[in-house]
Amino acid sequence: MGSNMAECHPVGFQWVMEAKRRGATVIHVDPRYTRTSANASLYVPIRAGTDIAFLGGIVNYILQNGREFREYVTAYTNAATILREDFRDTEDLSGLFSGWDPEQGAYDPASWQYEGMVAKPAVGMREVTVPVGERDGHRGDEPEPEQDPTLEHPRCVFQILKRHFSRYTPEVVEQVCGVPAELFTRVAETLCQNSGRDRTTAFAYALGWTQHSVGVQNIRCAAIIQLLLGNIGRPGGGILALRGHASIQGSTDIPTLFDLLPGYLPMPHAHHHPDLDTYCRMDAPPGGYWGRMREYTVSLLRAYFGDHARADNDWGFGLLPRIDGDHSTYPTVLAMLDGRVKGFFLLGENPAVGSANSRLHRLAMAHLEWLVVRDLVEIESASFWRDAPEIASGELRTKEIPTEVFFLPAAAHAEKDGTFTNTQRLLQWHERAVEPRGDCRSELWFMYHLGRRIREKLAGSSDPRDQAILALTWDYPTRGPYQDPDAEAVLAEINGYGPSGPLSTFTELKDDGTTSCGCWIYCGCFAGGVNQAARKKPGREQSWVAPEWGWAWPANRRILYNRASADPQGRPWSERKRYIWWDATAGRWTGHDVADIKADMAPDYRPGPGARAEMLLRGDEPFVMQADGKAWLFAPAGLRDGPLPVHYEPHESPFDNPLYEQRANPARQRFERSENRTNRDRRRFPYVLTSYRLTEHHTAGGMSRFVPFLAELQPEMFCEVSPQLAAERQLVNGGWAVITTERSAIEARVLVTDRIKPLRVGGRTVHQIGVPWHWGNRGLARGSSANDVFPILLDPNVHIQETKAATCDIRPGRLPGKEA
Amino acid sequence: MLRQLGARDPLGLGLTARSEATAGREARILGAERVARSVCPYCAVGCGQLVYVRNERVIQIEGDPDSPISRGRLCPKGAASEQLVNSPLREYRVKYRRPYGTEWEDLSLDQAMDMIAERVIETRRRTWEEEDAEGRPLRRTMGIASLGGATLDDEENYLIKKLFTGLGVVQVENQARI
Amino acid sequence: MRPKVGFFTDTSICIGCKACEVACKEWNLVPEDGLNFLANSYDNSGGLGADTWRHVAFVEQRGPDGVRWLMNSDVCKHCSEAACLEVCPTGAIFRTEFGTVVVQDDVCNGCGYCIPACPFGVIDRREGDGRAFKCTLCYDRLRADLEPACAKACPTKSITFGPVDELEQMARSRLEELRAQGEERARLYGLPDAGGEGVGGTASIFLLLDRPEVYGLPSQPVTPTRRLRRGWEAAAAAAGALALGVVAAVLGGRGR
Repeated sequence: MGSNMAECHPVGFQWVMEAKRRGATVIHVDPRYTRTSANASLYVPIRAGTDIAFLGGIVNYILQNGREFREYVTAYTNAATILREDFRDTEDLSGLFSGWDPEQGAYDPASWQYEGMVAKPAVGMREVTVPVGERDGHRGDEPEPEQDPTLEHPRCVFQILKRHFSRYTPEVVEQVCGVPAELFTRVAETLCQNSGRDRTTAFAYALGWTQHSVGVQNIRCAAIIQLLLGNIGRPGGGILALRGHASIQGSTDIPTLFDLLPGYLPMPHAHHHPDLDTYCRMDAPPGGYWGRMREYTVSLLRAYFGDHARADNDWGFGLLPRIDGDHSTYPTVLAMLDGRVKGFFLLGENPAVGSANSRLHRLAMAHLEWLVVRDLVEIESASFWRDAPEIASGELRTKEIPTEVFFLPAAAHAEKDGTFTNTQRLLQWHERAVEPRGDCRSELWFMYHLGRRIREKLAGSSDPRDQAILALTWDYPTRGPYQDPDAEAVLAEINGYGPSGPLSTFTELKDDGTTSCGCWIYCGCFAGGVNQAARKKPGREQSWVAPEWGWAWPANRRILYNRASADPQGRPWSERKRYIWWDATAGRWTGHDVADIKADMAPDYRPGPGARAEMLLRGDEPFVMQADGKAWLFAPAGLRDGPLPVHYEPHESPFDNPLYEQRANPARQRFERSENRTNRDRRRFPYVLTSYRLTEHHTAGGMSRFVPFLAELQPEMFCEVSPQLAAERQLVNGGWAVITTERSAIEARVLVTDRIKPLRVGGRTVHQIGVPWHWGNRGLARGSSANDVFPILLDPNVHIQETKAATCDIRPGRLPGKEA
Repeated sequence: MLRQLGARDPLGLGLTARSEATAGREARILGAERVARSVCPYCAVGCGQLVYVRNERVIQIEGDPDSPISRGRLCPKGAASEQLVNSPLREYRVKYRRPYGTEWEDLSLDQAMDMIAERVIETRRRTWEEEDAEGRPLRRTMGIASLGGATLDDEENYLIKKLFTGLGVVQVENQARI
Repeated sequence: MRPKVGFFTDTSICIGCKACEVACKEWNLVPEDGLNFLANSYDNSGGLGADTWRHVAFVEQRGPDGVRWLMNSDVCKHCSEAACLEVCPTGAIFRTEFGTVVVQDDVCNGCGYCIPACPFGVIDRREGDGRAFKCTLCYDRLRADLEPACAKACPTKSITFGPVDELEQMARSRLEELRAQGEERARLYGLPDAGGEGVGGTASIFLLLDRPEVYGLPSQPVTPTRRLRRGWEAAAAAAGALALGVVAAVLGGRGR
């Protein structure tokens, strides 16, 4: 669900095809019948933006029919935990949870907490979602939360869950999603039958789940299903995020993201984090591996600032810049439009095509003072000042655009060495085959030499603002004709050093300044001074887990939370699904993978006085990053839009919410302004619009539209419509259509296909239109950018845009000025 | 004719019809001077690639059969990566557009780097926020932003985040947000 | 003579990714074939030709159980009785030691006799060049003991390369498997007794999920030179003389 794996991850899909041949059932739930659907055992068409209704239906099916994996659920999840008395569910408040503040347009999450203790989230908005004044709790000296192992207590998570999802019946699924109740039930039953001790089920998702105003809750809902069925931490189970770029996982782990420091440490917040102690006290729960947050942070500061990070200067914590709001890419581009952002670096990205409301991005860049674009080819974002559609339309005039543009050609993957972290957290080293030609350089070269030049220009400055940049360790050894910094030296810094050389694993990190580590979860990737990511032992010469190919974070573990593959006593749940287990004789965990629990922590271990971090968790608590060692069916903290998933309609939808009075996610981020209006009039915009990618292209096209063999395979922008919609709007296969929203209008060739099926929703027919978003006005294959017609409208937790479900109108013909 | 008979190719439609050029055409990867072990630059599956090099040019990119992820297979994008590297549309020189300019101009890489460093310093100076209205430290600039990283190496992302953090640039983002 | 090799293309596991099309072009330096949106499902290559040696056909079918989307990567059949080779007056086309049929661009003079001769419509002349081109089954790779580029790239091994007799067995057992699963219309194509009768069998065996015409393949391909050649076989001496004559003409031609 939410993934078109055969098209977007074809080589990964070989394993799905192989599993299917061995008897696995492959179910594809998607608004469009794609190449994945064509190869699935069962295809289920769904209305875009209704995934939670569908998934919630499965949760309800499991709970109403007693199909949960009871022993797993009781032992490993927070099902038994009792919630506070003042918690109110959406059942009670017409689609809102307790704590909603209509003035602020935000939740106060205090009432979502456990009875008797305060739980801190492992990820997410820790500083804003943990109730003020109650940030120190959990384990250690705090009382344990109240539990009811019978799961009968009316305020225990299990009962709350049961009640919350009780209205997600098969009939409601049909009414909301357009999926016939019978077909839905078949899916739910298949999942249940294929889960338990002997069997596991996996969910694969991608942008079809994230690009929604309820993106995070889509995935949360899958997590609830997988936990109820016992499918997490076990082979063949899990929720697999199929990510779209070679190192998009790496760029999240070692984040080029505003709110994170490496290893998912939060970026210091001006309001909450005056010093390191407060930062750690507020954000680090005592229990689990986040209990070592201070070690991770001090080691990072040592990697960044070397001897400028000392005990007497709070380890340089004060040198870090502070955030105080949402500084993600969309608010940033809106600030750019308003002239507040002066300079912009684009490092292998093409927002003029690839970001929602791409037209607004082009307009915003015309307000910049300077722009640096680094790419392989002259992408639309580099040349907007001379050939953007707005230049052609006269909306922008080249001579009036003040932006100074530097286009610097980049090196390709074969021209540099370094690591990509793939979608399964695997670091793989790629070797440089040749040196780049001409002025082409790697980002490593660019950042290093830019930093070197700036530091040279600022050398000797005593201005407070220059202290951090001058304090950076920035002395990498260089190599080759261009003085490239040595990528292995950078990887070794990321891995970290102790007094006796490269560190082996993150539990060696200290908060006394004796260790440095650029990203604690990557600690061990250079263990023994050896580049572990460069290991290439052929797959056929090792076990099916292939632990000696590359290196997976953390600690080369291939399945996270794999302690859950064994029962509380440490025995495999079944022979068929054995993965790791407790070897009582050796006093260690053993099996096919590195155990995701302290290797010698016995299943019957119970924390004693003075225990901290992972030693505060018990030997039968697999979720070692969680404060309570339990997987959270109910999230007492960390989310801005509720502790449980709720079906809300997309911001733009032809329907009211059939389930609640509250129509859309109340916490969604809106940016209504003339350049970013959203559709309100359902009669003007009656159709559902969803965007997607194709096998033949890559994202915004910089790496495919400029490559002849790919460009010819999908040479033009097109839209997919059903024969029924084609008849309704006089659209002709192979002809042209104009798709209109409040943002803009685009044109596309028309593909009329039975693969797009009108759905019956709420007693009437709804048409869906699909638009791939690869094209722009440059390259070999050209066309309108689908993102021009989508709004900036964001999920409140992760600030990702809702481009998988919007509304539009469609008419035959071409844009003005383009008619033949 | 003798060749035909000797090769038991009486109709002359077999190897006797093979030209010298055909006979001499060797699979070009046999002439590679080295093979780099790489990873596909497109999606996040992380398929293994073998990059064949001759005369300091990439002559072929194929799947790496040793990879337990991909087993030597590639999708159309992966299979096109030689053309990505050698694309006729690739840019090899710095291009510069001055404010209000109507055309690209040439600029040396060295000068471009120097100008960019100057722009960063100057913009940062002008837009620096040492603290907020309540006196809480900010130590940042909101005048500079960066977007990109998902197609780049971990080491590159590390330097991007490190340098920008040192400069007080917090609006650092990449495709993972999109 | 080495064992005859070829492809088994199992369309039941084709995901329509077109890796075969691209891998073929990369290896064989086949030029781009035009940037044309064809509005024919996801097929913008159109068919096999001088600049497309692997072609993935996309067939959308509407049935009682909803839509079905068939995909098939088509390729030269490397017929056992190859009309292109038999009619080529220049000797540009020859049968290799692997049993495959290869056009030699240094010999081909662009006469085009081969084009109407091919019962599958595979071989074609390149625009602006005039010479005929088609799949070589990666002759240069075979000689280096390398798998053809398309088969190597194929993510699901819908395209398998190997000795034809082994592929035939594989195809037959896969057909049984699919039939047992209820794929009633599944069939083999390109074998001497299944869809390849008229060309003496092929080196490109297909497992199709429907009739060949559905995929744009001829249902009863026949080598057009067959009847003629049978006559020659009855008069061996005359045939030999004719063949020698052709070769002499070719050699003479080369000498010029």
